[in-house]
Amino acid sequence: MKTQQKKKVKAPLTVEQKINRRSFISFGAFAALGGGAFAGWKWLLNAPEETAGITAGTRTPLRRALNKTELFFRNFFSNGHLVKTYPVEEAAKSPRVNSLIGIEDDEDFDITAWKLKVKLQNQKNRFITIEEIKALPRTEIVYDFKCVEGWDEIQHWAGVKLSDFLTHFKLETEASKQYMGLETPNGAYYVGLERESILHPQTLLAYEMNGKAISTEHGAPLRLIVPVKYGIKNLKRIGTMSFSNSRPRDYWAEQGYDYYSGL
Amino acid sequence: MKVIKEKHAFLMRWTHWVNFPVLAIMIWSGLFIYWANDAYGISIFNFTLIKFFPEWFYDYFHISARLAEGMAFHFLFMWFFFINGMLYISYTVFSGSWRELLPNKNSFKEAWLVLLHDLHLRKTIPPQKKYNAAQRIAYTAIILMGMGSVITGLAIYKPVQFYWICWLCGGYHFARILHFALTIGYVLFFLIHIVQVILAGWNNFRAVVAGFEVVEEQPQSEQLIIEENHENATEKEG
Repeated sequence: MKTQQKKKVKAPLTVEQKINRRSFISFGAFAALGGGAFAGWKWLLNAPEETAGITAGTRTPLRRALNKTELFFRNFFSNGHLVKTYPVEEAAKSPRVNSLIGIEDDEDFDITAWKLKVKLQNQKNRFITIEEIKALPRTEIVYDFKCVEGWDEIQHWAGVKLSDFLTHFKLETEASKQYMGLETPNGAYYVGLERESILHPQTLLAYEMNGKAISTEHGAPLRLIVPVKYGIKNLKRIGTMSFSNSRPRDYWAEQGYDYYSGL
Repeated sequence: MKVIKEKHAFLMRWTHWVNFPVLAIMIWSGLFIYWANDAYGISIFNFTLIKFFPEWFYDYFHISARLAEGMAFHFLFMWFFFINGMLYISYTVFSGSWRELLPNKNSFKEAWLVLLHDLHLRKTIPPQKKYNAAQRIAYTAIILMGMGSVITGLAIYKPVQFYWICWLCGGYHFARILHFALTIGYVLFFLIHIVQVILAGWNNFRAVVAGFEVVEEQPQSEQLIIEENHENATEKEG
């Protein structure tokens, strides 16, 4: 009896049975995996927003991914990698004005009284005038300015290399910290930059655009030009400069953008 | 007599179905990014034929003012797109199945006959293996487009660090246009692909999920079976 039963079970499947069996297994697995993927997607879509801090406005898992991805790509960063430069004729005659945060909302600003305030640890703050900055070696750059929105424009800037500035004013010890924070005089716009980008040879404290003093809407009297970053990091009308080992507050990182925003 | 014939390997099916939602998410999040500078369109003599994209499109898909969110999604799912694509390419290279995928010297001539056949202008179709000539060209092109998206994507993601990739893509500005055009290409591919899959029928579709297809075979002399196979083969596409 038993052997007979076994034989029955072992009877070869008909082609039709094989087709049905394989289809059932495959489509079953397909549906299960598809359902799993959909559940995972829903989870991500409904994931809670990160606790507002230095960064804010993004779903927690996406912020973690952004940070990890940027850390990965920072492996490719080198101060030997220079942004492409162009002949001066190619520069836009009237460069685009995209944002006036920290400028249009500061009616009390008096350019004649302006001094760059450098916050120092355990020391009195330093104040540096535009004349002192202009006395330093002048560096020009004509490059393709890139906005996080997706537009780009060839622009012509001139000023002092940030690294030259730091050396001249004996701020190297301060600048050995991991980050530099820059803010407009009214504190309405602020960015944080990591050390490598500050020391990049094409990073400027700019006071000229197209060979003339920078206009108000482009950040007079002094602004940052950091070609290894999106425009959002190129702070206009610098009021204060500070140094720290933790990330300084950053306007757009609080609005869901990547903190690093490097190119 | 019905016979089960193996058609698509597991890795091919896996990567195909992973790619579908991943690419959909990349296009969706890509639209969030594109919206922030929606500069492209098609125009002739200053007359705009198509603007990418009209306002109703943004409204309908809730695309407006979601740039940061789009970037966050895009820079996560790019990894899955890349890894999945690499998986497919490595499998295709090492398994030898590239022989059935890449167009050969007859493919471009035959693809024309396939097109005529698909448009019902021609009764017969040239004999084929897994993919017909038109499929070989289309599926190889879509893989090249995928690589193109990764390369142009890197060019606009890190144009300074990967300055040589950016240079290879014709500069930052042009790389963004290419990256966008490739996306339009995917959408067009998708539309044709869906129509073809529907026309090709269940047997063809099942093969991309279950891996096998069912063919009719008469248990006759070997010569006849081979001929039958050819005839059956003409019915497959999609």
